[in-house]
Parts: sequence; C-alpha cells; structure tokens
Amino acid sequence: MEMTFDVKSMDFKRAGEAAGKIKKALQLVGMEIDTVRRAVIVAYEAEMNIVIHARQGTLTAKVHPDRLEIEANDEGPGIPDIDLAFQEGYSTAPEHVREMGFGAGMGLPNIKRFSDDLEIESKIDVGTQLKTIIYNQTSGE
Amino acid sequence: MHAEVIYGEEMLDIDVSSGFGCDLISDSLCFSRPDCLLITGLTNVQIVRVADMVEARAIMFVRGKRPGEDVIQLAKENRIPLLVTKRFLFESCGILYQQGLHSS
Ligand SMILES: Nc1ncnc2c1ncn2[C@@H]1O[C@H](COP(=O)(O)OP(=O)(O)O)[C@@H](O)[C@H]1O
Ligand SMILES: [Mg+2]
Repeated sequence: MEMTFDVKSMDFKRAGEAAGKIKKALQLVGMEIDTVRRAVIVAYEAEMNIVIHARQGTLTAKVHPDRLEIEANDEGPGIPDIDLAFQEGYSTAPEHVREMGFGAGMGLPNIKRFSDDLEIESKIDVGTQLKTIIYNQTSGE
Repeated sequence: MHAEVIYGEEMLDIDVSSGFGCDLISDSLCFSRPDCLLITGLTNVQIVRVADMVEARAIMFVRGKRPGEDVIQLAKENRIPLLVTKRFLFESCGILYQQGLHSS
C-alpha cells in the first residue's frame, strides 16, 4: 500500500492531516502500536517541516508487511548545513510559528531517533528529500 | 480546577491515565501517552491534531485562553473534549498532580 499527500507551506489549518491519515491507515492494516506511534512522530514532524520551512511538497507512506517507508519531498530553500539542522534545539522557525508551539528544533532529531534508517538530501534553493524506514516491530524504548 | 467545559460535556465521565503539560508541539507529540490529559497554553488547531495523534483523552487550556471556532470544530470531529481554566500551566499541573494525576 502506498499513499501520497500534498503539503502546502504555512497552511496551519490543514497541516497534520496527512500524518493523521497515515496513522489511520496503519492502524487499519494492523501495524504494531509502537510502529504506529513512531510513524506518527516521523510523519507529523516531516509534514510540519514542509509547512514551516518549504514552499510545497509531498508526504508519502509506503507500507510493507515488515516495514514502513515515510518520505517527504519538498520544493523550498533547502538546508545549508544538515549537521547543524539535526542538532537538538537548532531552529530557524520565525516568531509567529514559535508562538504556535513550533520551532523547538526537535523535529529532525526526533525523526532520526524514532526511525530505523534515515537519508536526507538537500539542495539550496531547490528542495529537500527525506527518506525514512521504520521496521514493524515493538521496540523496547 | 474551576475549569469550564468548552466542548464535550457528555464525554467527561472519563478516566485519564496521566497528564502532560506542555507548550511545545514536538514534546507533546513524543512524550505524552495515550489516554492522557493535555494541559496547554497553545490554542491553535495543531494542539488538537497532536491530541488526536497521541490519543489524548481531553485538552485543558490554561490562563483562561479560549480556542477559536476552528479548533472547537476539529475537536468535535475527533471527539476530544475541551476545557479551559483560569489557572496558569504550572498551577494547573500542580493541582492535578496533588489530586493523584501522574505524569505521562
Ligand atoms: N524541509 C526543510 N526545508 C528547509 N529547511 C528545513 C527543512 N526541514 C528542516 N529545515 C531546517 O532545519 C531546522 C531544524 O529543523 P527541526 O529540527 O525540524 O526544527 P524546527 O522545525 O522546530 O525548526 C529548521 O529550523 C530549518 O532551518
Ligand atoms: Mg521541524
């Protein structure tokens, strides 16, 4: 099963819908509770990064019996320093977004922590591609 | 708590297993537990999305901050009761903790 959702920049009303739909689908196919929980964190944070930091993009979930792949592709400014972006607390989110509870700089670190495999490619002024894999198993976190 | 119910009066006969007080979306998402009560100063729609994702039982807004219609609407769609208290976040958590509600 594969599903893709369009994600728009700064659309805070609809933001999170894609992650929500992915969650429902994973529950329906009977993925482990822990897998669903990790997928929700990865999908929501990846979706919000498109909403907050990019112009537009897509969020895709590919569901396999043993694993789940979540991908976020966007057109946007790209990430100049990926190591820095993955540091806990690092954020360039603007003030009006911080007032909504975002901009903690924990999105990328949490995506890394809750996924089993992560690849990221980013080109300045072109966009960012994030690929993650989450294995369907109960992790003793 | 002197909390007022904004939506979901009929659903309030519920048990919450824990409480989570937070003004950061990322933390709410990864540290709160299913069936918890989210206690927050955030009143935008995203707190309802997060509540739905983590399967929180209800949301309590602090500092007397009332959410807008869009927030109430989304809470209705997801059947998440909303409450509001005049107390601050720290105080709200303190009172609930004292009453036996533990941390997520
Ligand atoms: N899709 C993206 N496009 C451009 N920049 C991004 C993207 N995702 C993350 N970033 C950059 O990496 C930083 C850290 O991201 P993250 O850890 O999710 O924290 P936050 O979103 O709270 O700022 C962001 O502030 C931003 O500068
Ligand atoms: Mg982020």
